Amino acid sequence: MTVTSVTDRNSPTLEVQDLKTHFFLKGGVLRAVDGVSFTVGRGKILGLVGESGSGKSITGFSIIGLIDPPGRITSGRILFRDRDLSKLSEKEMRQLRGNRIAMIFQDPMMTLNPVLRIDTQMVEAVLAHDKISKQEARARARDALGMVGIPSPEERLSAYPHQLSGGMRQRVAIAISMLHQPDLIIADEPTTALDVTIQAQILAEVQKLARDHGTALIWITHDLSVVAGLADEVAVMYAGRIVEQGNVDSVLDRSLHPYTHGLIGSVPSQNRARKRLVQIPGMTPNLLDLPPGCAFRSRCAHADMACEQDPPITTPEPNHALRCFHPQREYAA
Amino acid sequence: MSSVSEPIIELRNISKRFSSTQDVVGRLATRLGLAKQPPVVHAVDEVSLRIMPGEVVGLVGESGCGKSTLGRIVAGILPASSGTVLYRGKDVAQLPTRERRRAKLKTQMIFQDPFASLNPRMRVSEIVGEAPRVHRVVSNDVEAYVSEQLHRAGLDPSYRRRFPHQFSGGQRQRIGIARALAVQPEFLVCDEAVAALDVSIQAQILNLLLDLREQLDLTYLFISHDLGVVQHLSDRVVIMYTGRVVEEAPSGEIFSRPNHPYTQGLLAEIPRLDLRKRRFSAIKGEIPSPLNPPSGCHFHPRCPHAMPRCSVERPVLREIAAGHRSACHLNDMDAAEPLPAGAAAGRA
Repeated sequence: MTVTSVTDRNSPTLEVQDLKTHFFLKGGVLRAVDGVSFTVGRGKILGLVGESGSGKSITGFSIIGLIDPPGRITSGRILFRDRDLSKLSEKEMRQLRGNRIAMIFQDPMMTLNPVLRIDTQMVEAVLAHDKISKQEARARARDALGMVGIPSPEERLSAYPHQLSGGMRQRVAIAISMLHQPDLIIADEPTTALDVTIQAQILAEVQKLARDHGTALIWITHDLSVVAGLADEVAVMYAGRIVEQGNVDSVLDRSLHPYTHGLIGSVPSQNRARKRLVQIPGMTPNLLDLPPGCAFRSRCAHADMACEQDPPITTPEPNHALRCFHPQREYAA
Repeated sequence: MSSVSEPIIELRNISKRFSSTQDVVGRLATRLGLAKQPPVVHAVDEVSLRIMPGEVVGLVGESGCGKSTLGRIVAGILPASSGTVLYRGKDVAQLPTRERRRAKLKTQMIFQDPFASLNPRMRVSEIVGEAPRVHRVVSNDVEAYVSEQLHRAGLDPSYRRRFPHQFSGGQRQRIGIARALAVQPEFLVCDEAVAALDVSIQAQILNLLLDLREQLDLTYLFISHDLGVVQHLSDRVVIMYTGRVVEEAPSGEIFSRPNHPYTQGLLAEIPRLDLRKRRFSAIKGEIPSPLNPPSGCHFHPRCPHAMPRCSVERPVLREIAAGHRSACHLNDMDAAEPLPAGAAAGRA
């Protein structure tokens, strides 16, 4: 904006403060994201965990500016290297998008154009932000494909998306997101539809990117076990709010929010084989018709009168915050 | 259950080949050597499998390994190209019509996609009630029977008159389960039955499946790519790779002592809650195309232990410990020395 000062090495890549994204529908106001705050440091990976409809994807879309009417960011700040993204014009946003901030979608066909060859799409993405020759752009595209583990990248460049398998397409989409070595990548369930071995290949690439280039990552998923292996920090979302967040170890090993307990308990794992999984009773609430107070209280075993108020944010230990009146060490279903 | 009980389902050398059908001109052209033979996909390649009553068998593999095709053959939806399916010791194909129909009714299937597997124009009562009515499982009060089935699957019977689109994904999967159980089967093939669901809903459905198994003495063939789910549910695990079974063992055995390099690689990649900040590194290379699988052992191009023999000779699935079978040439080399587990996984 005015003076692009030398960015402080210690300042986080992304800082989201009290973000609210609401959808103004006929039936009322849908508070998809309702007061979300977090920071992601250079080279750090944040796992944003939640179930369908928790607002985790809308949080990602809000950051990269993909919220369309009737949705609108109603308040909050999205500071990306000290610039507030929610105040930028569409033109300024376009200069950042795909260049400094990239997004990977769950379905790679949302990124890829089915009627254009891979090289056409990748060269276009390179030239959109860098003034280099087509040959150089093509070389860079080829290198990016090689980096995500695509065999014989030169041949793949002249393929059409339908000629590639699902895992290969997703890797092309990831290669496109890495073309400009962005400072921030938002990944929305990129490996959910993939096989285990392909997922592991992609997670390996992503870790390398964060380690070698200092790219910050927001990894949106419903799979806690992927987050456990990948992320530095984790934020658990429920009905538009972060209910628990902090360091991966403290949130997963010493979780305090009853919802987080339920999520962890419902992951099938070795030591609980053949026993009943912990079941969170009920279903995710209708966001259009959310009563005041803690949104989880209708499904929570510990809820009482106090939960009809908004729970305050508490920090039981450094780098571990939660929003609950009745933090629990153990889950009681 | 007696100790010498016979398997409820037995597959003997089942193969399934898919190829495009040629028209007259195409066939003539091929015969005269003017055109190539149409490509043949060996989706399932000589698979033998025994499932005992009351067992939960997990069938694991990646996309395109033929696990769903095998499940469909077991459920009687697809005919096998060769090999025999035995239901309680009898060859299903050789049974008289009425008995064959009864045998098929005892095997039901639950599908992955709860959106595509329910007819959008039918009400729940029709979806669940049609098969028991047609097959005379229930004769008089179908409505009451449907309510009972819905209740057992954890659905409110008052939803009977609704259409599938009025339900959430988890509820729809429950309708699918109620439909399968309405004809009182003994054996259920669950093809990725929880893959499309959220974790907490997935837990609900898995619990339901375990409860129903206890109440109704069911046997499951549970097809999944999710090793965590399979580990949770199964007594025995079968691992497939491009149409072939590469390893088969009791659940505890396969997760603690995997023998086949593919199984070892696969197990190393399961994301787990207790492993933090790990270095992911996958099995190198791609899943081969079943149109043109590698020669010999299908896994040899990706295998860290491949030897010249592996690209020539197909390894036989043979017993390496009680109930533990594996198809790998390494087992022939030195029976006393198991595979180095760390080397195969290649983890830092």
